Amino acid sequence: MNQSSPSRVTSSVLEQHDPAWAREFEAMLEAYEQAGGMPDMLRMPRVASAVISGNQVLAVNLVEGVDIQTEEQENGVHARITVAPHTKMDYPVHLCFGMTAEEGLQEITSEFEIGEGSNIGFLAHCTFPNATNLKHVMDADIHVGPDATMRYSESHYHGPQGGIEVVPTTHARVDTGGFLEIDFNLVHGLVGRLDVQFEADVAARGTVELSTKAYGAADDEIKVNEVVRLNGEGARGLTKTRAAVRDRATSEVYTTAEGNAPGAVGHMDCTEIVRGDAVARNVPMVVVRNDRAHVTHEASIGSVNKRELETLMARGLAEEDAVDIVIRGMLK
Amino acid sequence: MNFTGKTAILTVVLGSEMENDILLKVEDLWVQRPGAEVLRGVNLNVRRGDIHVLLGLNGSGKSSLAYTLMGTDGYQADRGRITFDGKDITHLSVTERARLGLTLAWQEPARFEGLPTADYLALGMAKPSRKRVEEALMSVALSPIVYMSRAVDSALSGGERKRIELAAVYTMQPRLAILDEPDSGVDVLCMDDILALVRRMAKEGTAVLLITHRDEMAEMADVASLMCGGAIVQTGSPKDLRDYFAKRCRPHGDLLGYQPWGAEAGGTYQRVVAEEGQE
Repeated sequence: MNQSSPSRVTSSVLEQHDPAWAREFEAMLEAYEQAGGMPDMLRMPRVASAVISGNQVLAVNLVEGVDIQTEEQENGVHARITVAPHTKMDYPVHLCFGMTAEEGLQEITSEFEIGEGSNIGFLAHCTFPNATNLKHVMDADIHVGPDATMRYSESHYHGPQGGIEVVPTTHARVDTGGFLEIDFNLVHGLVGRLDVQFEADVAARGTVELSTKAYGAADDEIKVNEVVRLNGEGARGLTKTRAAVRDRATSEVYTTAEGNAPGAVGHMDCTEIVRGDAVARNVPMVVVRNDRAHVTHEASIGSVNKRELETLMARGLAEEDAVDIVIRGMLK
Repeated sequence: MNFTGKTAILTVVLGSEMENDILLKVEDLWVQRPGAEVLRGVNLNVRRGDIHVLLGLNGSGKSSLAYTLMGTDGYQADRGRITFDGKDITHLSVTERARLGLTLAWQEPARFEGLPTADYLALGMAKPSRKRVEEALMSVALSPIVYMSRAVDSALSGGERKRIELAAVYTMQPRLAILDEPDSGVDVLCMDDILALVRRMAKEGTAVLLITHRDEMAEMADVASLMCGGAIVQTGSPKDLRDYFAKRCRPHGDLLGYQPWGAEAGGTYQRVVAEEGQE
């Protein structure tokens, strides 16, 4: 086990010369870039960041107001991220998770404590470019303090083999006046098997906005289960799910929104596009326990809109290219 | 002297030149849709570089003709022929027609979630050019700084999407642009910009088949055709056709299912035409 301290790990980013460390760090940076990340951000002293490969913490960079404590475990890492009250950050915290190995298990457990009145963003990239038989488990516990804002964006990059199982689970609590936005996307490489579990409890005047996007092909399996409980007066919740599946891939989206207090407003929006022999399902559930709460849902499952396709084809695009542009745009 | 031979040769040469001048030729085009025959023997010639306006009442078949020319789903010819630059395109796909240089700006433009305007405008360009994309946006009174990165989605108003659609057609530099009511849903202040853009397209060599209800749009055309009941019933100068259209056309009783002004008012367009000859 390795308890990282700010000074030690910060130093490892800037001064570490161990060749094995350097090779792994460079490999992760390369994979990070493939996933859409900007490697230079992981080298900038004024940007808080963490780079984790397998169960190794390769680098952590801390800035004032953001503390990242990490603990290496047998199959992964436990991280505790604390943002001090009233911290405002110009740059999001950059997180890089992944494995360059073909096989294995990575379990990341994390706790996010976002202090009262703070405003912070996280940009996470999870990259598994060579996976053939790999499992990645993320278990996050998020607490957004009163009037605090947290924006968390997680992008995945998987290789072309699809030999990966991804299980991200999130439990979130949003205090009075707090705001939590989570954007999860897996649209590069084959999905493999994805099982997203998310649940949030939102207090008075708090807001949760959740966006999940995935693009499945071949024999990919996508499963999304989201539950938002709007418990406080005036709490607001939005879930937006976009999934596209082709070949023999499957997509199942279950969303639940509960309006449990006066003035609570929730909306669930799911769009799934199906091509070939793929199958998509959407099961929205609306629960209202207060006559002044209002929860709605909209769902659309089908092929790509004909008018959109024909408009692009009228610019000279082949039908398949037009389909790809429409799907990529939807998942952007 | 016997001029008969030379006259015949001259006629053939002139006829051939006139034929070469025609970019789009539509012959006896019939299209059946579920529950209605929307095109009933359309004949139409559009010359290279012309702005050719298509007039007609709602439901007369103008948009159906536009969709059929573009080859969109559900608008395949049951009978007749469409020739584009001498090539029979009657059974070609939308993509194949577009690659020959034919395109359409829909009356109700599509929405594209997540597709930035700049990318959308560059899609149809043989050589994508940022400069031309910016010019195109400015030509429809949209600021490139504001709109280049904005998605062509439902966050934009219908009028904004309409202008972006026109800009996309302009960047493509097609040989024939079919514009289905480019003036509907846009604000009055933008109208001059749209007129200028259509003129600019024609100046750059794009023939325009323009569907409109507005006088100022119709007036700039080189030639006009009038549609009624799924057929072209007259072709002539825009002024003559416009005057005729304004004074004489009334919704066709057979299409509406009732006589809007009573049988004594004439009832059908065809009957008004017949009565005109007796005046």
